[in-house]
Formats: sequence, structure tokens, C-alpha cells
Amino acid sequence: MLNSDWRPTASRQAIIARADLQHQIRAFFRERQVLEVETPVLCRAGVTDVHLVNAVTRLQGQGLAKKTNYYFQTSPEYPMKRLLAAGVGDCFQLCKVVRDEELSARHNFEFTMLEWYRLGFDDQQLMTELEELMIELLGTSAANRLSYQQAFLSALNIDPLVATAAEVANAIRAKGIDCEVVADDLDGLLNLAMSLIVEPQLDPNIPTFVYHFPASQAVLARTNEQDDRVAHRFELFYQGLELANGFWELADAFEQRQRFERDNRQRAELGLPQIDIDERLLSALESGFPDCAGVAVGVDRLLMIKLGMKHIDEVLTFPSLRA
Amino acid sequence: MATYSTNEFKGGLKIMLDGEPCSIVENEMVKPGKGQAFNRVKVRKLISGRVIEKTFKSGDTVEAADVNEIEMDYLYNDGEFWHFMNNETFEQIAADKDAVGESIKWLVEQGPSTLVLWNGKPITVTPPNFVELEIIETDPGLRGDTAGTGGKPATLSTGAVVRVPLFVQTGEVIRVDTRSGEYVSRAQK
Repeated sequence: MLNSDWRPTASRQAIIARADLQHQIRAFFRERQVLEVETPVLCRAGVTDVHLVNAVTRLQGQGLAKKTNYYFQTSPEYPMKRLLAAGVGDCFQLCKVVRDEELSARHNFEFTMLEWYRLGFDDQQLMTELEELMIELLGTSAANRLSYQQAFLSALNIDPLVATAAEVANAIRAKGIDCEVVADDLDGLLNLAMSLIVEPQLDPNIPTFVYHFPASQAVLARTNEQDDRVAHRFELFYQGLELANGFWELADAFEQRQRFERDNRQRAELGLPQIDIDERLLSALESGFPDCAGVAVGVDRLLMIKLGMKHIDEVLTFPSLRA
Repeated sequence: MATYSTNEFKGGLKIMLDGEPCSIVENEMVKPGKGQAFNRVKVRKLISGRVIEKTFKSGDTVEAADVNEIEMDYLYNDGEFWHFMNNETFEQIAADKDAVGESIKWLVEQGPSTLVLWNGKPITVTPPNFVELEIIETDPGLRGDTAGTGGKPATLSTGAVVRVPLFVQTGEVIRVDTRSGEYVSRAQK
């Protein structure tokens, strides 16, 4: 039989819908005078984040005599922050990013990310702008906002900011889900509970922001001044999909370095490779970083929702397995 | 010892869980953008038949189960074991009561069954979806009742008891669905 895996998995309708969606996104930001920028997809530094796996390639050329590691970016965050430190101002980017080991009905090795930064915004203001974008692109209703703590209290009746690992594990087991694989790792248990219990209980028909993630999951967000147990990090969920992750950005180079180093210590404990810290990013933060908030949105998932599709392959011309 | 990583998980893959061979039914990766990746895996335990869900960390490995399915013909029962023969190799295998289980009442001599072998030993015996068996005993049925609504019990040559329409009589061969244990029709002559 003739092999048919040369064909795109996206319908013509989906290919057109993607073009339209990207046009709408650009119009949204042009209207608001947010500058479209472009940053490298291949950088000398990767991410230390324990839960992200960079794809790596080795390149050489004039000025670079030996084959050298270049990392496919898992998001354009670091180079965009260098632009912000250099004074570029409000900016957005629509680009491809690459994450190794992520393939599922909702994941593809490479996918399209929309990322933007707003000077002078905090996380709550950026949520409002993302809500406006959702209404514009998908015609959604107004969004709900609830804290990570509220979300856990209503879904599991436990307070994630005070509960012990054993208490979280018991609450997960009470929902009929085994969690031995993360036994006494509090963040692992919270991640598991978030994905399998809390998220599925959110109303799929209302865009829902979950904000004030635990400080241990702050990543690149600043911690809260009033309550240092939480960070100014938020996520957006809609139609059963995680659509966005945003921060009121950490501007402190010293604290950022400590977090990167903590990631690498955790990597060592888990037997994962050490990742060189992005010194250019830290230099940029040290040189003076504007007060800003930023967010990354999965564009392919927006498209899945817009077209009512259940598998990411339906919105990709050539998903990784037939790329 | 062969192992599989979660990346190799797919429907039908045989793995060991809690010391019991299992067949994967469904595998879903759950991965937040910033957070740990897990696999939620639905498996069927091959001995008990129970379906359970299990959480794995993505990338974890599990031991492979040495399980294979084979079609064999039923030969005879020696009082303790049920003996089957592979029609291609003529190799014979004995299955115990636990492996044969409920299938006992559908085993027809010289008839085919599917055996699941774990480390070469039968753990389940599954008869074909439909078998044809002779009725050895049933009430003659009430004269005049032709609606066939209620039916009546009939004992088959294997000892199985199924409900049959009133018009079906002792000595007839009927077709039975082994999954539901229900009468389907009279056998085609």
C-alpha cells in the first residue's frame, strides 16, 4: 500500500485558522503598541529547570572552531529579558520553541509560543490583558481568578501552603489515585494533585486563572512581599487545557542566581545533567531590569480550542512523529 | 531482565506490576508547562482481570512481563488439569483450575481456545466468542406457549446451564455467546 504519512495532519481549515489566529494576535499587540521582536531559537545557554529538557545540538563555524553546544530554547524568556534590560520596552514574540521528551495528545516536541512582557504591570494586570486577548481570540466569557490555595481547598480540602507531604499524599489517595512514585516530595505531590485532581475540577467553560503558586514553584517569579510562602506566578486553564504561565518577573540577579544554583543541586540529586547558568541573562538583570510582568501562551492549544479539536496533531501540519 | 520505559508504553504492552503480569490498556502523559511529568496508565491485571490505574514518573522503567497468547485445542481433563495441544507443534500444555476459571463450562473437546502464558505457564483460558453445544437436558416446554418470552433452563453437554426458548428441545445443538452466557440460535445443521 502507498505510504500516506507524507500528508499533513491538519485540515486546510485548521491551516487557515492558524494563519488567521496569528494575524489576530499581531493586530491585538500592534493596537496596544507592543513591539514584535525576534530572538534566537538556538542559544549557548539552556534552562536549569528540573522539569524541562532542552534539545541540544553541536555547531561550529568561523569564530567558533570547535563544535559547541547550542540549546534549542524551551521558551524565548531569557533572550527577551536581555532585550528588556537593554531597554526595548513592551514586546511580544510569536515563535517556535522545543522541548525534549514532551509528546502527547497535548504536546509536541516543537510548538508555537506567544510570549509578551509589559513594563510596569504586575501579575494581576497582566492576567487582565490575557483575559482580554482570550475574549478577542476565542470569544470567551470573563475569566475566574482563584488562588492556588483556594483551588486546593475547594478540590481537595487541604491547604497547600501548610500541609505536609504525608497530608497531601493522603488527600490524593482518598481520591483513588496512587502517588507512591513521589512519596515524600511535597512539590511532586502538589504537581500530581494539580494535574490530576485540581485542574480537572475547574469549570472548563470559563477561563480560570490560578495565581499565587507556592514559592517553591516560583521559577522566575518574584515572591510575594506580604506572604513569602507564595510567588507572583499564575497559570491559565480553559477547556481542560493549561494555556499560559505568567510571572511578575523576578528582577533580582542575586536571587535568580541562587534559584538556578538550587535547580542544579536538585538536578544532581535526581541524577540529571548539570546545566550551565545563563550568565548573559544574569548580567542583564544585574545591569538593571525594568519592573515588568510576562506571560507565555501555547498557541497550538488556543487553536485546538478554537476548532474544538482534541488532539494537537489536528492543528499541526506535520507533528513531530511525521515531521 | 527486559524493561520498558514509560515512553514505550502503549496499548497491549505486557508489564509486571506488584508481581503480577499486566496488559496496558491506556497510557496518558500529564505534563504541566512548569512541573513534573507523570504517566497515568490504565492496566488490566492478567490473572485477576481487574483494571486499575497506576501513576508513573515519566521516564521510569518497569520490568517486562514474559507473556504471550497462543491458540490451542482442548483435549481432555484428568481430574486436576485441563490439557491443551498446539496444533502446529503438537506441544501439550496443562492448565490448572485457576487458569481455566469460568471457561470450564465452554470447553469443547477438539475445540479451540486462547491461552495466555506467563513464563510459559497458562494463566487464562478464553473460549471462542461463540460455541456450539448439545442440550442434554431441558423441560419439554409447555404446549401452546409459542411466544418464547420466558424461556427455560437447559443443561448443555459441558455442564453449562443457559436459558433457551421453549421450542428448543433436548438433543438439539445450540449456539451460545460465551461472553454473556446467552443462547444465540439453533446451530446450523
